[in-house]
Amino acid sequence: MKHRFGLQRIRLLFQILYTIVTNGYVYGYLQGKIYKGPLKYACVPGLNCYSCPGATFSCPLGALQAALNERQIQIPFGVLGFLFIFGSIFGRFVCGWLCPFGLFQDLLHRIPLFHKRKRLPGHKVLKYGKYLVLVGLVLVGSSVLFTGFAKIPAFCKYLYPSGTLMGAIPLLGVNEQLQSQIGGLFYWKLGILMGLVILSIKIYRPFCQYLCPLGAVYGWFNRFSLVQIHWEQDACISCDACKEACPVNLRPEQISVSAECIKCGKCISVCPTRCLHYGRKPKVEKKHGQVKDMIATKCKMEQNPNRIDKNENQ
Amino acid sequence: MSFWSRTPDKKQKRGYWLPLLMIGIVCLLVGIYQEQLTDIYRKAVMICLECIGIG
Repeated sequence: MKHRFGLQRIRLLFQILYTIVTNGYVYGYLQGKIYKGPLKYACVPGLNCYSCPGATFSCPLGALQAALNERQIQIPFGVLGFLFIFGSIFGRFVCGWLCPFGLFQDLLHRIPLFHKRKRLPGHKVLKYGKYLVLVGLVLVGSSVLFTGFAKIPAFCKYLYPSGTLMGAIPLLGVNEQLQSQIGGLFYWKLGILMGLVILSIKIYRPFCQYLCPLGAVYGWFNRFSLVQIHWEQDACISCDACKEACPVNLRPEQISVSAECIKCGKCISVCPTRCLHYGRKPKVEKKHGQVKDMIATKCKMEQNPNRIDKNENQ
Repeated sequence: MSFWSRTPDKKQKRGYWLPLLMIGIVCLLVGIYQEQLTDIYRKAVMICLECIGIG
């Protein structure tokens, strides 16, 4: 079977470029300061800790929590605007192709340690964890939890590990004044980060699958968004290659529709009949029958006779 | 249980993205009018020690 790995190379390039654009303020890392230019008026699609020295834009969830931290809570139209715009265009394509913390987990998962698994045991229940985080920590927690007289950004404070990775650790390295302020919270978040690092080597993107509240938001937009992966059912030979390649184990009819699909395109890369594709135009419209026959025969001869026989019997 | 088992039956909704995008643009314009982007900026240019796990 000839795989189209080019798409995954393009995805990796997108992820790296996006990370450089949104977190490439090198001067901040060298001086232990953060960027204060006009780009921070705007939120980017992915999670982006804006207290980190490299951050050049604002984070939609950080901004949402900041709005909920105000004494008199207003409807945060600005943040909602960003979320609706990014969600309606991309859905969870943002998670698969752009998010820097997603890239970090992708790279960790490539480390050849442990037996790889797509999901945690209890996935069917655990996947709702991200909705719990969205409601419990982002919406309710940031509105009602206080430290002294000030409300706190509960998600960033207690859970989000990227702030520790890209903010605390680089800042502590160059800013001695901050080193004296390390307390229990730092070790709590460092523990979460280390736990996720180890888990990411074994499980595919555990933070995205179970904890990310922005993934929960974009998951709702997933089946409405402009960017979609389309499945041409007529051309499908039910070989299950897409399900095996899918990092979150989705069947072809669930791809792009499920809130779990990050639209990474791995299913597209392995589909032998090219019945999965970005965009709307069927690429195999006229030759479905020929392609199906050809592939079915090839599969029967080469690698998966049982499955093809089963399909023929149906 | 029907809630859990209904998920695979969902279908792509073509054309819904445009009204959602319009809602987003309107919300963003209202946010700009209410100077909420300035609030975002004001928060984003200060190091939030709590957010990065130090404070």
